[in-house]
Amino acid sequence: MTVLAPDARPALPPSPYRVVDRGRETSDTATIVLEPVRSALPPFSPGQFAMVFGFGVGDIPLSVSRIEGDRLTHTVRSVGAISTRLASLEPGAPVGVRGPFGTGWDLSAAAGLDLLIVAGGLGLAPLRTLITAALRAPERYGRLNVLVGARSPGDLLYAGQPERWRNAGARVLVTVDRPDDTWRGDVGVVTGLLNRAGFDPDRTVAFLCGPEVMMRATARDLARRGIAPDRIQLSLERTMHCGTGHCGHCQLGPLLLCRDGPVVRWDRAEPLLAVREL
Amino acid sequence: MTVGTPASTVLDKDGLDALIALLAGDGRTVIGPTVRDQAIVLAEITSGAELPYGWGVELEAGHYRLRSRTDGAAFAHSAGPQSWKTYLHPQRERQWTADLTADGDMEVREETSQPPAYAFIGVRPCDLRAIAIQDRVLGGGPHADTRYAARRRQAFVVAVECTEPGATCFCVSMGTGPAVGPGYDLALTEVVDGGGHRFLARAGSAEGEEVLSRLPHVPADEETAGTARRLVEEAAGRMGRTMPEVDLRALMQETLDADRWNDVTARCLTCGNCTMACPTCFCTSVEDVTDLTGEHAERWRRWESCFDVDFTHLSAGPVRASPLSRYRQWLTHKVGTWHDQFDSTGCVGCGRCIVWCPVGIDITEEAHALNAERAAARGAGEVSR
Repeated sequence: MTVLAPDARPALPPSPYRVVDRGRETSDTATIVLEPVRSALPPFSPGQFAMVFGFGVGDIPLSVSRIEGDRLTHTVRSVGAISTRLASLEPGAPVGVRGPFGTGWDLSAAAGLDLLIVAGGLGLAPLRTLITAALRAPERYGRLNVLVGARSPGDLLYAGQPERWRNAGARVLVTVDRPDDTWRGDVGVVTGLLNRAGFDPDRTVAFLCGPEVMMRATARDLARRGIAPDRIQLSLERTMHCGTGHCGHCQLGPLLLCRDGPVVRWDRAEPLLAVREL
Repeated sequence: MTVGTPASTVLDKDGLDALIALLAGDGRTVIGPTVRDQAIVLAEITSGAELPYGWGVELEAGHYRLRSRTDGAAFAHSAGPQSWKTYLHPQRERQWTADLTADGDMEVREETSQPPAYAFIGVRPCDLRAIAIQDRVLGGGPHADTRYAARRRQAFVVAVECTEPGATCFCVSMGTGPAVGPGYDLALTEVVDGGGHRFLARAGSAEGEEVLSRLPHVPADEETAGTARRLVEEAAGRMGRTMPEVDLRALMQETLDADRWNDVTARCLTCGNCTMACPTCFCTSVEDVTDLTGEHAERWRRWESCFDVDFTHLSAGPVRASPLSRYRQWLTHKVGTWHDQFDSTGCVGCGRCIVWCPVGIDITEEAHALNAERAAARGAGEVSR
């Protein structure tokens, strides 16, 4: 009988963590910092996700937006009962965390090459860890381009961070769909920034996260500009209940996104995302 | 099989009764087929008398009726409405509990209740394969379902070869029966003829051998063994249904935009019966409940169906909103993308989804129709070239 792989990790139940910091990002989005109450979970890689449990309401998949020792940082938008609860937790509040789950960004694929990071809205959260990792090892990578799109200036995440990334050597371009009176920057969808990013398609690896329609449009555009589909990585989203490959909710055709994703290369994702309601 | 063990033995009805008593006496919860509510259901049994001796079934798409048999056979009926996942992967299960403590922290406890040690009597070859498929899904991968694995590890499986396929059966197409495959502790083949009512028995594990040695039995005579072999061989020729003899995974990949999906969706009620009756469908949802104090929370997991519109709920709405996309997901997953995910098909040819569909949608008919549509499209393509 071949039940139970010997190296299997049950990943149940959640480990107790505590909120140690919380900051408001936008009108509906907050960033919470979690610290283990006792022992920490195994280390997370950029792009992986955790199932974060709000007491009595349930758990949802959240990408890590910062990894600092045992501390996990998550950026949460209030859209449902669980995310609203998590986004409103004050320091000291208990949470449960399971993970790490899923494939992370394959940063090693970009060794010796330039990085093009394209974020839409909350999609900047899982890319932030990647930007940090790339900036920490500048000798390993070429240029770092970061393109950020948001609905409005008020929806931009991580105030002050883009300036720090610029100072560390990244080129950061920001655009919004709906500018306000104070906005002096770019206006329009994030693909509009691609012309100015000035990347060499033959030596660039792209990392995308944002709404699916934005990622599809961006990936197609990048492929047309000559970036090989296997050098374009996307972080995809589907419903997740378990995180462990057992509940079936996160299927995208042949993929279980909690296991085979959320980071998927465009050569794999393109035919799947081309089928409506797959 | 190890040296010194008879290759096979013969039990009579008393021997089968003794087997059930022995397994129960060893502390096992014995589950077997029995007649209830005009169907052959799976339930806890304590003696051989509870087996459906003398009952067969009449099956068709959307149709299930008991019929009496003159030969008195116990296992000459096809798959019933339930499958063994009811026991190995229960419909509802508590996974863990959490309590708020006085100092404001949270204490989490994994579910520790001891799952019963089951003995399954009468596992058909198709269902034996279904268990093996769920083993890969739930017991494999980087994270295992430890409670599933614990139940599975303890289970003692008495398989019964199929000598009486139903009109909705297609195990031959799926390569799962009617002869029994690996994975059993004991395998039986029921023979009823002038030589009496008896069961050819052989062990498939050390534990099976040990159990068999404790039962009143006689070494298998050539006539019983030969008849048993012939009955199973004949059963292979009496399948009520077939799947198209093509690579089903490729067929599903290549027909995602077929017209046939519109046809079947016009009939499908998206009720999810097929997913509940299917012995391999494993999908679940979790629910969190709290008690009145608000300080005690429980995590429960229950069966879920991909036909439920909330199955793919995201903040922007469901990914698979249309009934077409949900039926297509079920079928393409079952015989197609299951291969990608778990390295095997998810269909064992038991026919339950055909029988228990309220409108009689037939998975084999749909697969044949998709195959015909693909062939026609290919033919047209060749002509136009």
